[in-house]
Amino acid sequence: MLNNFVMPDLYPAAPEIFLLCMSFLVLFVDLIFGATHRGLAALLTVVTLLGCAAITIVTADGHTALTFSNMFVDDLLADFLKLVTYLAVIVVLVYSRQYLADRGLDRGEFYLLVLYATLGMMVMISAANFVTIYLGLELLSLSLYALVAIDRNASRATEAAMKYFVLGAMASGLLLYGMSMIYGATGSLEIGGVAQAMHHGQSDKTILVFGLVFLVAGVAFKLGLVPFHMWIPDVYHGAPTAVTLLIGSAPKLAAFAMTLRLLVYGLFGLADDWQKMLLLMAVLSIGLGNLAAIAQTNIKRMLAYSTISHMGFMILGLMSGVVGGVVDPFTAVNAYSSALYYTVAYVLMSLGAFGMVLLLSRAGYEAENLDDFRGLNQRSPWFAAVMLVIMFSMAGIPFFVGFFAKFAVLLAAIKAGYTVVAVVAVMFSLVGAFYYLRVVKLMYFDAPVDSAPITAPMDMRILLSINGVAVAAFGLFPDALMSLCTTTLLRSL
Amino acid sequence: MISLPHYLILGAILFSIGVVGIFLNRKNLIVLMMAIELMLLAVNLNFVAFSHYLNDLSGQLFVFFILVVAAAEAGIGLAILVVLFRNLSSIHVEDLDQLKG
Amino acid sequence: MKTLYLLIPLAPLFGAILAGLFGKFIGRAGSHVVTVLGVAISFVLSVIVWKDVQAGHTFNGSVYTWLETGGLTLEVGFLIDRLTVMMMLVVTFVSLMVHIYTIGYMADDPGYQRFFSYISLFTFSMLMLVMSNNFVQLFFGWEAVGLVSYLLIGFWYTRPTAIYANLKAFLVNRVGDFGFLLGIGLIAAYAGSLDYATVFAKRNELAAITETVTGWPLITAICICLFIGAMGKSAQVPLHVWLPDSMEGPTPISALIHAATMVTAGIFMVTRMSPLFELSDTALSFVLVIGSITALFMGFLGIIQNDIKRVVAYSTLSQLGYMTVALGVSAYSVAVFHLMTHAFFKALLFLGAGSVIMGCHHNQDIRYMGGLKKYMPITWITSLLGSLALIGFPFLSGFYSKDSIIEAVHASHIAGSGFAYFAVVAGVFITAFYSFRMYFLVFHGNERYDQAPPDPHHAAHDDAHHADAHDTSHAKGHDDHHEDHGGKPHESPWVVTLPLVLLAIPSVLIGFFTITPMLFGDWFGGAVVIDAVKHPAMAHMAKDFHGASAMAIHGMMTLPFFLAISGVALSWFFYIKRPDIPAAILKAAKPIHTLLENKYYFDKFNEVVFAAGARVIGHGLWKVGDQVLIDGVMVNGTARAVGWVASVVRLFQSGRVFQYAFGMIFGVFALLTLWFNRA
Repeated sequence: MLNNFVMPDLYPAAPEIFLLCMSFLVLFVDLIFGATHRGLAALLTVVTLLGCAAITIVTADGHTALTFSNMFVDDLLADFLKLVTYLAVIVVLVYSRQYLADRGLDRGEFYLLVLYATLGMMVMISAANFVTIYLGLELLSLSLYALVAIDRNASRATEAAMKYFVLGAMASGLLLYGMSMIYGATGSLEIGGVAQAMHHGQSDKTILVFGLVFLVAGVAFKLGLVPFHMWIPDVYHGAPTAVTLLIGSAPKLAAFAMTLRLLVYGLFGLADDWQKMLLLMAVLSIGLGNLAAIAQTNIKRMLAYSTISHMGFMILGLMSGVVGGVVDPFTAVNAYSSALYYTVAYVLMSLGAFGMVLLLSRAGYEAENLDDFRGLNQRSPWFAAVMLVIMFSMAGIPFFVGFFAKFAVLLAAIKAGYTVVAVVAVMFSLVGAFYYLRVVKLMYFDAPVDSAPITAPMDMRILLSINGVAVAAFGLFPDALMSLCTTTLLRSL
Repeated sequence: MISLPHYLILGAILFSIGVVGIFLNRKNLIVLMMAIELMLLAVNLNFVAFSHYLNDLSGQLFVFFILVVAAAEAGIGLAILVVLFRNLSSIHVEDLDQLKG
Repeated sequence: MKTLYLLIPLAPLFGAILAGLFGKFIGRAGSHVVTVLGVAISFVLSVIVWKDVQAGHTFNGSVYTWLETGGLTLEVGFLIDRLTVMMMLVVTFVSLMVHIYTIGYMADDPGYQRFFSYISLFTFSMLMLVMSNNFVQLFFGWEAVGLVSYLLIGFWYTRPTAIYANLKAFLVNRVGDFGFLLGIGLIAAYAGSLDYATVFAKRNELAAITETVTGWPLITAICICLFIGAMGKSAQVPLHVWLPDSMEGPTPISALIHAATMVTAGIFMVTRMSPLFELSDTALSFVLVIGSITALFMGFLGIIQNDIKRVVAYSTLSQLGYMTVALGVSAYSVAVFHLMTHAFFKALLFLGAGSVIMGCHHNQDIRYMGGLKKYMPITWITSLLGSLALIGFPFLSGFYSKDSIIEAVHASHIAGSGFAYFAVVAGVFITAFYSFRMYFLVFHGNERYDQAPPDPHHAAHDDAHHADAHDTSHAKGHDDHHEDHGGKPHESPWVVTLPLVLLAIPSVLIGFFTITPMLFGDWFGGAVVIDAVKHPAMAHMAKDFHGASAMAIHGMMTLPFFLAISGVALSWFFYIKRPDIPAAILKAAKPIHTLLENKYYFDKFNEVVFAAGARVIGHGLWKVGDQVLIDGVMVNGTARAVGWVASVVRLFQSGRVFQYAFGMIFGVFALLTLWFNRA
């Protein structure tokens, strides 16, 4: 048997392997120096991610390379998404450093779990086989369950972890069930093989659609689409804000990759069906997300509902690739790149918004209520302006990145003939503008209830400022990011 | 003669029992974890059956991965359960109600 | 020339940045110097560009490519033709006047630099809007002027009413923007381009398409959507509710934004889109009816207002209605002509009102003014000229534009033109009545500036005005205010009166000199497209037009003139004649003076008895139409309904994990059922 074994090409997976090796180093370093040099693990984690970024950039040659028996793919899309993921995770680490230190949570395991979650995301992004998708997804999810519960004495956090765990496990059960059906219908676990089998038309449509429903349910859970969204508000609310920041940002990129790989790369033959399923969930998500957010008083919860509506918007792009059963590469690439652009824009805004919550928190005090933002303009005009930019961007007001993201996906939807859906989406986003503006109103027109000075460290202040400026700058110069998204998808599809 | 549909129907029944176990059970979190485990095992049954009838080993290979991950998942789940019990002194599903709205 | 075009919007932007970011370093004087200079440069350059365009050099080209997505190119580009250049002149001139005026008006305000920064930023956005050659930039300018106006309405953010007003303005405008965006989306989807020239070139193809979802002709859907945007920005019924409330902002911006420029953006936009609107009679009728309703009924509301700025605000609404009516009958050049004359005389009236407010120590209630003529001669004479222009007195600018609108409606045969004719003619009487009611109450009659009741009535105003008064610190503002009350009115400083005089000149003259080229010459060239066969109103008018003087002389013998004169006469009778007789006697017989002095009751008596008819209608409309239907049902009702739905939606998030799981399974089953029942 062993003489059949061929050493797989490790080169495409170099960033993952590097990260894995470095995680051992972090483990050891934390074991030895953890008690004396607290910042070392954090520093090493950031270095690891920077190293991954360097490797990813060096190895990105624009070609699509498959390895590990076609289970793992390295294409331009993977490189792009991974780079954004590293960036997002680094930002998360910088934002949360002080918050964690104030609560005694800045131990080695936090950084290790973040690294493994990152590894999970990377595997998901590069997965070309149901097995790899599942493994990546579980690596990410298991790390996140543990991260949510990392503050072992917080009963709210453990409750959130338990809910996340139960629902997450059930969702991966649904996903697996769908995978098993599709495997049965096509005889392949490989994404390329599934697509090929369907192309040749030798698979049973009934079983395929049956499996597809479960698959879409699993994907929708990860993205947080109605009615698979219920974990989002509770987990975002209950988890320590630093962990919420992580859950709310980078994993969306991985979920986007998973959706794209499963539905577009794999089940493109069923596009007509899954587009309609996604359409239904997108409309529900946009509606429910925006409505429920209005009634919130906790900003983490409000942002959770806003996530649901944002993911609904993102889906508008994903479901507009195939029009009337006709596959037009130009339309498809445009639609998917608008969704990609939306995801990246959302990650940027989400990092900023939760970053602001972290900025206002301090030892023994969680600035998680909307009221904590009252009168921020008087406490810190600069950061009030940053929050204003982020809120305006999330509301889709022009000049900011969020507007272009919405514009792109709505354009894609209108082009695909979903005019009514686009109208409904815009109407709900008008409703949504209300709760974002309420934050602005609180910051600028109300008297502060909390007058403590903002004590965040300088690195966080700088990065958060850059984050806010980026939200504005990508709105003023959206072309660069947009053409990057388009090129990426053009060369990876 | 046991044919593929028999296996699939059995798998579907097991999966349904697992799912129903999650939302009908309002008492014990441990039962909930068992239900999750049952769901995953039903999926495994599907994979093995398909693998056999398709004459393709990769399905069975996937089963091994699922088993391993399920074990890890149970480990994390129980760990969270322990922490939860320390905080709430209860493992009743209905006691998880601080976060809502 | 291209550099010049770029410089025109960038000069005010530069001023705004300097005053906004470095206001502390360059100081108050520095701030107004840089911003006034910026706007002055852009005015001078606009004049140069105007000369150039007169010589026949139009321009249409892009300056910077913003983004290419989905086959669409978004870019910054300029379209400089006669329509643009006229708007540029109006915007920069009025803005310059307002900048100068602000030096005096805001002299004591702590937010001095910020204010200058905002109004310069506004000027920049407005110029970008009018100079655009594509829909995206138009939309951007549109949103940007809205944003700045939102900032400015809430400028005194310590006033609760100001905050409410700016939220309201923002929300109502979002409704309009929604329609506008939808219209742009339809254009993008069907024309495949957002460039004016490309879209207009495809207009006949667009006219042939039927919208798939609604079954409407596409062009009608597009035009109505675009017009909904215009309704929000140009405050047409029922999206007008924000404009009167926006008077919470400082007076200079009421003049600049809420009278002369931003609110006319909708009129400008429809004119710009005339090639599209010409193809849809349905849309034009819609425009016409909305415009007539606004023109007539907003005038009624003007009659019952006592706040000087609100009177002018309602008159603005009514005049915007007139412009919209002109659009509806395809008399685009007339609409823009009225836009221009209105910009001058309405800015004049607002700035005059601001001057009065300053003179009366920040009292805004016209019942407590009176007899200001002798204290504020310049304000008086300029306001009189402005009011005469507003009511359409022959030879003044407003006469030419308003009479042309009436003529155009008369000559039109489009559906709704009968009602529109009635509305605009009746509107003349009402306009004359409320304008001169205000004029007489403010400048003539007895001096009542010392009669303002100290608290019950003024509680709100009191609060509202201290920021307006000399200091922000609340306690001090309060004291100031009370000391000020009853002080003698005084004429405003020269920085305030100079703009009044400079604005009065065009208010009087511009109509006479420009009507011939603008309406009947080839002024607008290819900028305005009219389908002369279907909509012959303009051609009819041209036939009857024999020069500006002849028009004015003829105008003195027509119905609108008599209506205007009788409106003035009626207001004179109500507010001057009757109160004056007792007042004259009282001056001779001093002892009885105190007894009958209470002029206020005479006013009240007159208002209740004589003006009853008009007032009942106005009040009824205001109560039922505005407050109950629009404010109550549409604005607040929607808000309440959304709030209720939100609280219900929350219940689904019960916190119970088994219910969440059930939700997920329910989702899976719903999808399965849907999919397997279909097949």
